[in-house]
Amino acid sequence: MKRRNFVQLAGLGAGALMVPSAMMGNNIAAEALLEPGLDIATKKSLADVALNTARSLGASYADARIGRYLNQYVFTREDKVQNVVNTESFGIGVRVIANGTWGFASTNDVTDAGIKKATQQAVSIAKANSKIQTEPVTLAPVEAHGEVSWKTPIVKDFREVPVSEKVELLLDANAAAMNAGANFVNSALFMVNEQKYFASTDGSYIDQDIHRIWPTFGVTAIDREAGKFKSRDALSAPMGMGYEYMDGLESEKLKSPAGFNLYRNSYDIIEDATTAAKQAKEMLTAESVMPGKYDLVLEPNHLGLTIHESVGHPLELDRVLGYEANYAGTSFATLDKWKAGDFKYGSDIVNIVADKTQPHSLGAVGYDDEGVKTKKWDLIRNGTLVNYEAIRDQVSILGQNESHGCCYAQSWNDVQFQRMPNVSLEPGKEPYSVEEMIKDVEKGIYIAGRGSYSIDQQRYNFQFGGTVFYEIKDGKIVGMLNDVAYQSNTQEFWNSCAKICDEKDYRLFGSFFDGKGQPSQVSAVSHGSSTARFNGANVINTGRSV
Amino acid sequence: MAIYTEEEARAILEKAMSFSKADACVMNLGGSESGNIRYARNTVSTAGHQSNQSLAVESSFGKKSGTATIDEFDDESLEKVVRRSEELAQLSPENPEYMEPLGPQTYDKSITYVEATANVTPEYRAEVAANSIKPAAVQDVTAAGFLDDGAGFSAMLNSNGLFAYNKSTNVDFTVTMRTNDGTGSGWVTRDYNDITKFDAEEASAIAIDKAVMSREARAIEPGRYTVILEPAAASDLLGRFRGAFNARTADEGRSFMSKEGGGTKLGEKIVDERVNIWSDPLHPDVPASTWSGDGLPRKKTQWIENGVVKNLAYDRYWASQQGVEPVPFAANMIMEGGDTSFDEMIKSTKRGILVTRFWYIRSVDPQTLLFTGLTRDGTFYIENGQIKYPVKNFRFNESPIIMLNNLEALGKQVRVNGNLLPYMKVRDFTFTSLSDAV
Repeated sequence: MKRRNFVQLAGLGAGALMVPSAMMGNNIAAEALLEPGLDIATKKSLADVALNTARSLGASYADARIGRYLNQYVFTREDKVQNVVNTESFGIGVRVIANGTWGFASTNDVTDAGIKKATQQAVSIAKANSKIQTEPVTLAPVEAHGEVSWKTPIVKDFREVPVSEKVELLLDANAAAMNAGANFVNSALFMVNEQKYFASTDGSYIDQDIHRIWPTFGVTAIDREAGKFKSRDALSAPMGMGYEYMDGLESEKLKSPAGFNLYRNSYDIIEDATTAAKQAKEMLTAESVMPGKYDLVLEPNHLGLTIHESVGHPLELDRVLGYEANYAGTSFATLDKWKAGDFKYGSDIVNIVADKTQPHSLGAVGYDDEGVKTKKWDLIRNGTLVNYEAIRDQVSILGQNESHGCCYAQSWNDVQFQRMPNVSLEPGKEPYSVEEMIKDVEKGIYIAGRGSYSIDQQRYNFQFGGTVFYEIKDGKIVGMLNDVAYQSNTQEFWNSCAKICDEKDYRLFGSFFDGKGQPSQVSAVSHGSSTARFNGANVINTGRSV
Repeated sequence: MAIYTEEEARAILEKAMSFSKADACVMNLGGSESGNIRYARNTVSTAGHQSNQSLAVESSFGKKSGTATIDEFDDESLEKVVRRSEELAQLSPENPEYMEPLGPQTYDKSITYVEATANVTPEYRAEVAANSIKPAAVQDVTAAGFLDDGAGFSAMLNSNGLFAYNKSTNVDFTVTMRTNDGTGSGWVTRDYNDITKFDAEEASAIAIDKAVMSREARAIEPGRYTVILEPAAASDLLGRFRGAFNARTADEGRSFMSKEGGGTKLGEKIVDERVNIWSDPLHPDVPASTWSGDGLPRKKTQWIENGVVKNLAYDRYWASQQGVEPVPFAANMIMEGGDTSFDEMIKSTKRGILVTRFWYIRSVDPQTLLFTGLTRDGTFYIENGQIKYPVKNFRFNESPIIMLNNLEALGKQVRVNGNLLPYMKVRDFTFTSLSDAV
């Protein structure tokens, strides 16, 4: 993504924290976030202006998305508030098919006249592009849903929680980290509410209210004499939840085999910040890893990113077909491998599902951005590749006649396209705890949290770091490690998956700003798993002297 | 049209400022018109046009500030946005790092705007796509590309009388060419302020050649190799080096530029003495705005001279804390080239790798500026002074600091992504594994 597509909001850690500019809007007062948007009847009549205009201009299909996107971001460092940002973005996007070709236009002039003009623009773009179109659009059929609605089932609406309470919580977390020996701490809260109204000529009028939240921080410990510094980031996950995620419920905590706490559907930021400071200090003197082969025990908040990069992305059908060749790349998981029906993506215990309905997940919605009711489907079953991630204008290529329901646009201002659904590893079927898993490992490394990540443009070769690393020797955790990264090949890695813990350990990892497309759009997506073991991974030492 | 002239921008800002009742006020007005075309599978996939304009008003009472934005500029809207920013300021916590707005400044006249680029039409974009797709199709190659062009302006007025204005144009083009047997891939990037310098056919031909030449790459052992980096590859890695010049993180002890025992590496030799890096908003090949976001004038600034760190960037707050003059962050990066031609670089190489570009670069260790990533779209083995054959892509783990200490030769400078970087030959570049990706 180009730097000019980002807005710098505050310094986080050693670098500046950049937010995609599309995740902004007009700055407003926090109280204004609670103002109601348009009522449903008005939205329906405005959407009908777009649909009727499109029809009258000869479009064979049209959809309209009226979006009100509300964001609240809070940034602090140590004992200071750096920024509180409240934004609102409101407008309509109209997409049409004319002469077998897509056209799209958007406007923030949400009046009959403004919508008519945008629709005319969309139709004229479609007609102009149809002259060089070689593959007319084929849409999979979709059910007419009539007038329906869906809401993220939240307990506490972030908009109703005073800013002062949020600021206080972050400053308390910062103070806890400083008291525990941190030299620096930056913390942030991202909160998003998407109010989306979708209507299409296929007979659906869908009103949705979606909430997401992401608390995060970076804690740094410094040894001035040695000229060394180490950072430990939060072990939170961005979630499709309300402000209740910040409650820090004891019942949602899990003990890691290295003794610190991990979090499921409720996050204790003060406790995690305290642990982070202690761990960052410990990292300053922790042992540097001996490179070689290790069995890896990967915690869900780490493994989620590996799933995202090595399964979620390569199974996006638009990548497989070459539509992303100039940017994100293509995919090793080509159609011939899928058609063969026996491509061993992973070992027999690897079952990976796509699911747009999973509670608490970032990708959960009732209907996608082209009016398809969301669902759950298999991507990898018993280690074999069985399906892709596809939307209405793609599934016919797979010989399927039902969209997977994973179409998304980051705002009313951008055209919707295929995005990654939540992609998750099913937990092991037999009862098996993390403690038992550690006991079974002779020479290994336990990795928790996300770190540095890099993967090639066809998703074969990857390298991952992590947040914290612990050495496992003869069934026991013996101490912290530094400078760890593992390199592998996607197919080799998933075929080395030897054990997966049971559902008691299952948790979600999330990515809040996943980028794709040109011009680039962000999307938020979750990945669930239980802790899993991968045998004989190649671990390198990333320490250097300069 | 969202591109206001200096006079129009000033009039809007002065009108808005007349409504201000705060202790201090800073207003930023900006607008842009941009268009793009995207193609893949040898056909156009999407095309778009965007027009944006916005006024951001930051009002301050003491150390309490609030910002409000608006995209309509009639008198009523201007007054509304000023009042809203004042209300928000009163509700905000104090910012201990608040700085009073700067007084009036004198800026150099920028050279970032070229009328021809502002006049690009949808037809021109379609022609670019056609000029890229047609030559690909005849060579059994599939093109996927993206052209993005735009014109924009930004203006600033504050309650201490500072006024700044700049307008600029940009065009960015990339295309990936893949052979239809799936074994070869080539790529090219071009960016200019002036569209008349852009030739889609010439650029596309390079990517097609690379795709054809890179077919059926052989696997060779990863390890340490002499590399010849095309400017795009050099830019991929050196671009990441820029963030290290932040004085604050260096002073705080959490940067590569922090020194053992305290202090920073300012004045220390950190790379080969042939390395000279500076920024210059008036360079004709890579012009940039002559003022920074906080209103400071941007001048030619030397960052590395003969391998020695000459400057770190200080924002106004940190400069005031450290008792130094503020130094704005670089708007572009210019690295001095050398007189070794590309052919000479190849000829003088006994065993090495030619790299077109790097991909998916991520920080591994901020302490040493270690990065990982992969080669992509044209990687070739050089032996006894000749390009022998394409090789499979490598993953690297390398630091630009180590790389610039292992410098062998410098060549011609080329503009990449708004920066001007030379071809460079570097010994002992660390490749750690192989990738099957094409």
